[in-house]
Amino acid sequence: MSALGHELTHDHAHDHHHKETFITKYIFSTDHKMIAKQYLVTGVIMGVIGIAMSLLFRIQIAWPEESFKVFSWLLGDEFAPGGVMRNDIYLALVTIHGTIMVFFVLTAGLSGTFSNLLIPLQLGARDMASGFINMLSYWIFFLSCAIMISSLFVESGPASAGWTIYPPLSALPQAIPGSGTGMTLWLISMALFIAQSLMGSLNYVVTILNLRTKGMTMTRMPLTIWALFVTAIVGIVSFPVLLSAALLLIMDRSFGTSFFLSDIYLAGEVLHYQGGSPVLFEHLFWFLGHPEVYLVILPAMGITSEVISANARKPIFGYRAMITSLLAIAFLSTIVWGHHMFVSGMNPFLGSVFTFTTLLIAIPSAVKAFNYITTLWKGNLQMNTGMLFSIGFVSTFISGGLTGIILGDSTLDINVHDTYFVVAHFHLVMGISALYGMFAGIYHWYPKMFGRMMNKNLGYIHFWVTAVCAYGVFLPMHFIGMAGLPRRYYTNSAFPLFDDMVDVNIIITMFALVGAAFQLLFLWNFFYSMFYGKKAPQNPWRATTLEWTTPVEHIHGNWPGAIPEVHRWPYDYSKPGYEEDFVPQTTPLREGEKDGGHH
Amino acid sequence: MTSLLIIVIVALLGIAVWQLTKIFDLTQSKHQLGEEYRSEVATDKDNSINGYLMFGFLAFIYILTIYCCVKWGYMPLLDNAASEHGKDVDQLMWITLAVIFFVQAVTQFLLHYFAFIYRGKKDRKAVFYADNDKLEFAWTIIPVIVLSGLILYGLYAWNNIMHYDEEEEVMYVEVYAKQFGWDFRYGGDDNVLGKANVRFIEGINVVGVDMSDPNAQDDVMSKELRLPVGKKVVLKMRSQDVLHSAYFPHFRAQMNTVPGMVTQFIMTPSVTTADMRERQEIVDKVNKINDVRNERSKTLIAKGEEGLTPYTFDYILLCNKICGRSHYNMQAKVIVETPEEFNSWLKDQPKLGKQVAEEKAAATAPEVEIQPVIEIPVTAPEMEIVVDSTAVVAQVIK
Repeated sequence: MSALGHELTHDHAHDHHHKETFITKYIFSTDHKMIAKQYLVTGVIMGVIGIAMSLLFRIQIAWPEESFKVFSWLLGDEFAPGGVMRNDIYLALVTIHGTIMVFFVLTAGLSGTFSNLLIPLQLGARDMASGFINMLSYWIFFLSCAIMISSLFVESGPASAGWTIYPPLSALPQAIPGSGTGMTLWLISMALFIAQSLMGSLNYVVTILNLRTKGMTMTRMPLTIWALFVTAIVGIVSFPVLLSAALLLIMDRSFGTSFFLSDIYLAGEVLHYQGGSPVLFEHLFWFLGHPEVYLVILPAMGITSEVISANARKPIFGYRAMITSLLAIAFLSTIVWGHHMFVSGMNPFLGSVFTFTTLLIAIPSAVKAFNYITTLWKGNLQMNTGMLFSIGFVSTFISGGLTGIILGDSTLDINVHDTYFVVAHFHLVMGISALYGMFAGIYHWYPKMFGRMMNKNLGYIHFWVTAVCAYGVFLPMHFIGMAGLPRRYYTNSAFPLFDDMVDVNIIITMFALVGAAFQLLFLWNFFYSMFYGKKAPQNPWRATTLEWTTPVEHIHGNWPGAIPEVHRWPYDYSKPGYEEDFVPQTTPLREGEKDGGHH
Repeated sequence: MTSLLIIVIVALLGIAVWQLTKIFDLTQSKHQLGEEYRSEVATDKDNSINGYLMFGFLAFIYILTIYCCVKWGYMPLLDNAASEHGKDVDQLMWITLAVIFFVQAVTQFLLHYFAFIYRGKKDRKAVFYADNDKLEFAWTIIPVIVLSGLILYGLYAWNNIMHYDEEEEVMYVEVYAKQFGWDFRYGGDDNVLGKANVRFIEGINVVGVDMSDPNAQDDVMSKELRLPVGKKVVLKMRSQDVLHSAYFPHFRAQMNTVPGMVTQFIMTPSVTTADMRERQEIVDKVNKINDVRNERSKTLIAKGEEGLTPYTFDYILLCNKICGRSHYNMQAKVIVETPEEFNSWLKDQPKLGKQVAEEKAAATAPEVEIQPVIEIPVTAPEMEIVVDSTAVVAQVIK
């Protein structure tokens, strides 16, 4: 029975006194708070696997073709004979690393966690519109993870054509071994992933539109919800296109069709394919692929708005402008995909169109960055770890976003496309900025999720070391990219032209190793505090939003009595006329008091 | 055996987690709100320390950026473009970098400075300042103006690069990519490339030229790309198997090679290899590279292996789209020389028509059985940009 059903029949809590078993509480729960935690833990574990892979190929790139015990140990004798990584396994590692990080960690782990946790809590709903579909979406996600991991153990190797899996390379096992069984498993895993993503997104949209409590108008929703709302809509629009690309690819691989293949001579023979085009795949892939990266950054932006505002003890600057920017970014993100394809051989006229739309999207992004900075101005900044990561989010979003202006200009992209310049750009905005957003969310909402506080000092060390290492890895990378060093190269030693970049690659790898090592500190803090962290009060950060009005002990239905009514917007921090420096959304307006940012 | 062990370990871990969560439930006593949690909330002292660290971090960002520019700034290809359009690309790059560095410097400063100067203090109250439409307008319109300028310049340059006048005198050269190397084909005296399709690949005809096309007889094959300086060349690109990308960093040129399609890139080389070798920046870079190579040679020789040959500058073609196991070693030399040198080289090269005929003559196997295969009329795609590859009438040659 859905939470919605209960809502209509009786208005109080679900203290049904039915004994919850381990299975119904922790495994097959329909409670959005438990599902959020499931997404989070799964996302964190996938993140650990993804980072481990990146360390392996970074070691290979810094000290090419050397033998390492860790390669023998982790990759085995087939994939790393004599401890030397095989050249196609390098490509497999970068492929799976990219796939895991973009989809499993930064999409499912980020919006899966925070959409599930915050949408009902911040809107005043008992649960998601359908708890059953929500539970199903998590378990399909889990299955998708399991299949992706299983592809690592296939004899011919996991998918190796890059996370972008362009055919013909990804369609033909003769072109690279990983395009055999490994690629098949990848496609199955991703089909399931897309299904769970769509299920989740539908749930989020319906809940946001229909289950807001009394007084919670759209313009009284926290920016986090706006961001998650827009993310869900963009996901619904774009993920099905990737599914279609995957289905067509499956047909080309297994059913003899030629959607993406034509005129191929491989392994000494002419293949039968006729009439298809790899460029079609690129269009279909990037129609999702570009919005996908905004699906990654938008929740992080929403989280940052909340965390910065609560910790600055100030309203977020430009609430309506922020909403408009979110909508503009969401819309524009669907019409810029061709900037990944400037040198694909597509009609140059398209290049002009996509340059134009891509540089347009810089504008709402800039507006948001300026608004964050102005929120800090004349604030009273509480430097909790979540706040540090939110400030770090703005810093790295600006750094990474600015280089997008070069990549989005077709003329300039000619020289830096598929070089380390691109790698530096997208890692700064996704791998660092969005990740910081995720960390900020974890540190900020940990007391709500687990009823305990994370250790403050460990959080500080985690942030500062990560911040230094993050820039240490990716700032130098821009330079070797601009020097023409292509990405996805097993080793740079084949070209004397790149011999003077050896020391840069070593420095990058060193920073990466240190940075990754210090994530262990976060993992310790995260798992240890669940059991032994200091017990959290109901509202440790003294925030105004509804989630902090629920009891610390989780109950189904979130509030023990009636759902609170909302009377004001969520950003009444340091409002003149109030003694406390925050006014919860549930506090009624006084006589003559105006709602919103004016007083 | 190992797999069994792994399964057992995973199962045990699962049981451990299950039991741990049970213990967790038991340890959940009735919630008592004490003040202990305050130790995990930021105090004024924390705010102060982190505020100072924020400002210090700003210095770190600035210093790291400057260090990178000083130490590795000679590397990026921002100067010494070897093609006519390259100068436009470099200029646009410089302007864009100037804008980016300026914005970066200002915004990072404001962000970290505010984080420092407004660090939380118990007796401070934040200012309730929620919006300012004038400010929003200002910082919307300024990026619009700046970006419009960049867009317009970029589109102008892009149009110049991507289009050429049909009336212009150009030379056609085919760039043919395959796992894992490059082949080049010149149109020869008639400057027309013979029609081609992978179905015609045979023996010395490695790129599948349709030898029944009269234009194909004088085509010239090469393993290096030689170009005359100052002459506009239209590089027609094909791929044999998977996506590759013809990347000529010095010429600011790149275009994917797509199986089933002909793509192209147009450029005019403007500096000969010989001249480029004399330029000071190139000399410096070559010296730096050779320093590294010498160091490495020492270690190799000590191990009893051969040392590395010293590097002399050459233009280069690299593959820049993931294409398989040896993607990292798919290279070809590009040589730009004077028109006289180029013409004399081209004159000395064997013509494809003659090479194919000689090969056929050398193969003394019974011919008649093979002939019918060649006689099947097949139309090959025109050597233009073919978006519709269904123009090829395919015959599976079995």
